[in-house]
This record gives sequence, structure tokens and C-alpha cells, in this order.
Amino acid sequence: MGKNLENKSILITGAGSGLGRATALVCSREGASLMLSDIDSEGVEETKRLVLQAGGAAEVRVTDVSNREMVETLVAETVSELGGVHGAFNNAGIEGDLTGLSRWSEKAFDKTLAVNVKGVWLCMKYQIPAMLQSGGGSIVNTASAAGLVGVRGCAGYVASKHAVVGLTKVAAVEWSKRGIRVNAVCPGMIDTPMLDRLLDYVKAPKETVLGQQPIGRFGSANEIGESVAWLLSEDSSFVTGVAMPVDGGFVAQ
Amino acid sequence: MSDFLENHGIIITGAASGIGRATALRCAEAGASLVLADRDIEGCNETSQLVQKLGGQAEPVEVDVANADSVQTLISHAVDTLGKIDGAFNNAGIEGQSTRRITDWDEDVFDLTMGINLKGVWLCMKYEVDQMLSQGGGGSIVNTASIAGLVGLKGGGGYTASKHGVVGLSKTAALEFSSKGVRVNTVCPGTIETPMIDRLLDDSGAESSFFVEKTPIGRLGKPQEIGDAVAWLLSDKASLVTGIALPVDGGWVA
Repeated sequence: MGKNLENKSILITGAGSGLGRATALVCSREGASLMLSDIDSEGVEETKRLVLQAGGAAEVRVTDVSNREMVETLVAETVSELGGVHGAFNNAGIEGDLTGLSRWSEKAFDKTLAVNVKGVWLCMKYQIPAMLQSGGGSIVNTASAAGLVGVRGCAGYVASKHAVVGLTKVAAVEWSKRGIRVNAVCPGMIDTPMLDRLLDYVKAPKETVLGQQPIGRFGSANEIGESVAWLLSEDSSFVTGVAMPVDGGFVAQ
Repeated sequence: MSDFLENHGIIITGAASGIGRATALRCAEAGASLVLADRDIEGCNETSQLVQKLGGQAEPVEVDVANADSVQTLISHAVDTLGKIDGAFNNAGIEGQSTRRITDWDEDVFDLTMGINLKGVWLCMKYEVDQMLSQGGGGSIVNTASIAGLVGLKGGGGYTASKHGVVGLSKTAALEFSSKGVRVNTVCPGTIETPMIDRLLDDSGAESSFFVEKTPIGRLGKPQEIGDAVAWLLSDKASLVTGIALPVDGGWVA
């Protein structure tokens, strides 16, 4: 197999579990050196262990992406540790409350926007100048199918993910000419702990929810990792400003 | 090069030039065996030779995608040649009179544009899906839409209508067949360095800098960049991607 991300330094946030961890493993398989970040130090150390075990290279920093100074430090240390930054997967996110819009607490709403939207903005704010110095790069932000359509019970989350799509397009329009591509990946229903909580909330039998998936199954985190690795690679060199569903057809309905 | 399409039999229509040719070369590099179809058989022969020069396998076939019998013959020929059809890139298309306002398009050109670009994609899928279902193991279909399948383009008239139609048709196909193992997506190229763009620039008297300025990435795309995207969608790496219209446009529709 040829490797698509050889000699690339890639920063991944939310790398302590789920999509972030799976993407770290795919990027590592494709030859990238990684800076792994999460607010959960145990999870992100475990991801590092898995990457090293598979023969890859990874550093770890514990970061709250909604904190400006921590993000600035994270990007600076990525550059100093890995010798530059060519790719970033801004993936840290939370789901907030799982309840009707009028029942969402203000605290949960504020925190969801702070991590999911402001966090992505802060990451890009510092990654873009660092990438310009590294000779260009590719950024992938985690939106969601909920960045494209509404989902019951997820008001603040849906608002935040729609915002990520918008922010991504602006970044692409502003920076693509300078050699930085910016895209969003929009996962559908992926087999992660978050999906179990959502299924619990909607109280629908699993078969009913499966029946709403055109592909007839839930996705795996690894399938998101493959898509992100492609968007981070030169194989997608004319793809920018795109919100790409990886959702088994969910938003095509 | 990586071999992520090894043991894949793939049909490509509109394979005589531009995006079809570049995608044929990319798929061959990735290990696929190809049946290449076009109404321009000379161009198609040339693409086949280029693939064979790379050490790949390709068989050229003449087709009129707007004609059901011709498409049916193509598909059965492809099955004879490849043994099975794992992927299809339904890419044959024409621009019609894309430098004229909709009031100035001729009826016969409008009909021909819809016939090739939209009915042609439907006919190809009609027979490809049947084959993919009957052989077991499913497959992946990529149809060529365009940024003109997502937004309006002045002068695009029948072309824009046909490409919006392709996006809708592909989503419907994805909903109907994804759970049976056939994924269906469209690729939406922006302004790419192809014979089609050259003709549009000639006919309109515009400079390519007009397109460059409108593209956030600041350049036209290369046919190979569409080929990279299509080869990826055709592969198992895109196993959760279905029903999408993927812009490969340097940010045009953003």
C-alpha cells in the first residue's frame, strides 16, 4: 500500500475516544506524525499507546479547546515537537443536553457552543498562520449530519454543528488561495457511546432507527477516519469548502 | 502507488477525454480492470492505449448512453469482459449551448442535453444496479454532476437543469439500493481544465482568468483531481458514503 500522509504532521483534537481515536489510527497507518489532544488525559494516552503499538509516532497534550491560551500553546507545541503542522482534524466536541429545546439549560447551551464552535474557531485561528509557515495544509472540522438537518432533542448541538459548517466555508473562501484547504466532515449515526445515549433518549427500538438509515446499518468510527484521512491528503487537492456527509445516506432523504 | 481498487471491474462512460480519461488512468493505477465507453470511439481507443501503457487493462466500447439498447449492450459486454461490475463512473455528458441564455437554447439541443446527461445516467444505473444486485457483493456508482448541479450558472440552461437532475436521481438511487450494498454518489466538478471548458471559453470569448477569480482556491482544477475523488468514492474506503453530491470545485459553491 502507498501511504497518503507520509511526512505530514497532523494535529487531532478530541483524540481520546471515538472518531478522534479512529482517525488517529488511520492517519498513522498512512504515515503521519501526530499530535493528539483531548481534555480527557487517560483517553488520549490510550490513543497514543494504540498508535505506538501500531508502529506510529504520536505526542500528547491535554487541552480544553474552548480556552484560547491552551489552544495557542497546543498549536505552538505541535510546531515545535513535529517541526510544523500540515494537517489538523478539529474534532473535539460535546453533545450537551439531550432534551427538548425549551428544556435545554443555559449552561449546557453555552458550553456546547464554546467547545463545538468557538473551539473550532480558536484551533483554526492558530493553525492557519502555522500552516502558512509550514507551506500550506489541510484542515478538517467535525460537523455532523446535525450540521445539515435538524435532530430532535439536540437543539444546542445542531446549532453548533450548523455553525461549524458555516465557519468552515468562510475559512475555505478566505484561505484556499493561500494553500490551506478547509472542509467539514458530517458523520451520521456512528457506533459510539454518544449514539447509545441518543438512542436511549429517543426511546425508539434500535430496529426503528436502523430503518431510517438508507445503508441499513450504523457507521463505524473507522469509516469516518478513512474520509478524514482522504480530506487531509493530497488526493483531495481540489476539495475545499465542502461539508461532506459520511452518513450512509441519512441526509439524502 | 496504492492498489485500493485491485480486483475491481469498473465501467467508465465519457472515457474519451477530460475527466473520464483522467479517471480511467487513476483507477487503472489503483489496480482496477476497465471497460471504457464513449460515442467517440477514437478517443476511447486512445484512452485504452494510455491505460495499457501504464500496465492496466482496458477495453474500449462505443456507446450512445441516451439509447437503452446501446446501454444494455454495453453492460452485458462489460460483464463478459470483467466477469462482474464492482464500480461504474457514469460520466458521459455534453454542455449543450451553455453560453446562451435559456430563451436562446434550441429545442433539439435541450432534448439532446437532457437525453445524454440525465436519461443517460438513469439508463446506465438501471442496468448497472441490476447487475450489481444479481452478482452479490454490491458495488459503487459515481455519477458526474457539476457545480451546475448545485447552483445556477448563467448560460447553463439545459445543462444546469440536467445536472440538478443527476443529483436528485443519485440520491433516490442511494435511498433505494444502499441497504442492498450498492452505494450511489455524485461528483460535482467545478471549473476543470478540460476540452469542455476550452469550448466554453472559445464560445463566450471569456478569459480563463474569469473562472480563476471566481474560484476560492485561485486556479482551475486538473482532470486528475476529479479522478482522485472518483477513485476514492468507488473504493471500499468510502464504505459509509452514499447519497452525497461531493463538490470538487476549489471552493466554488462554498
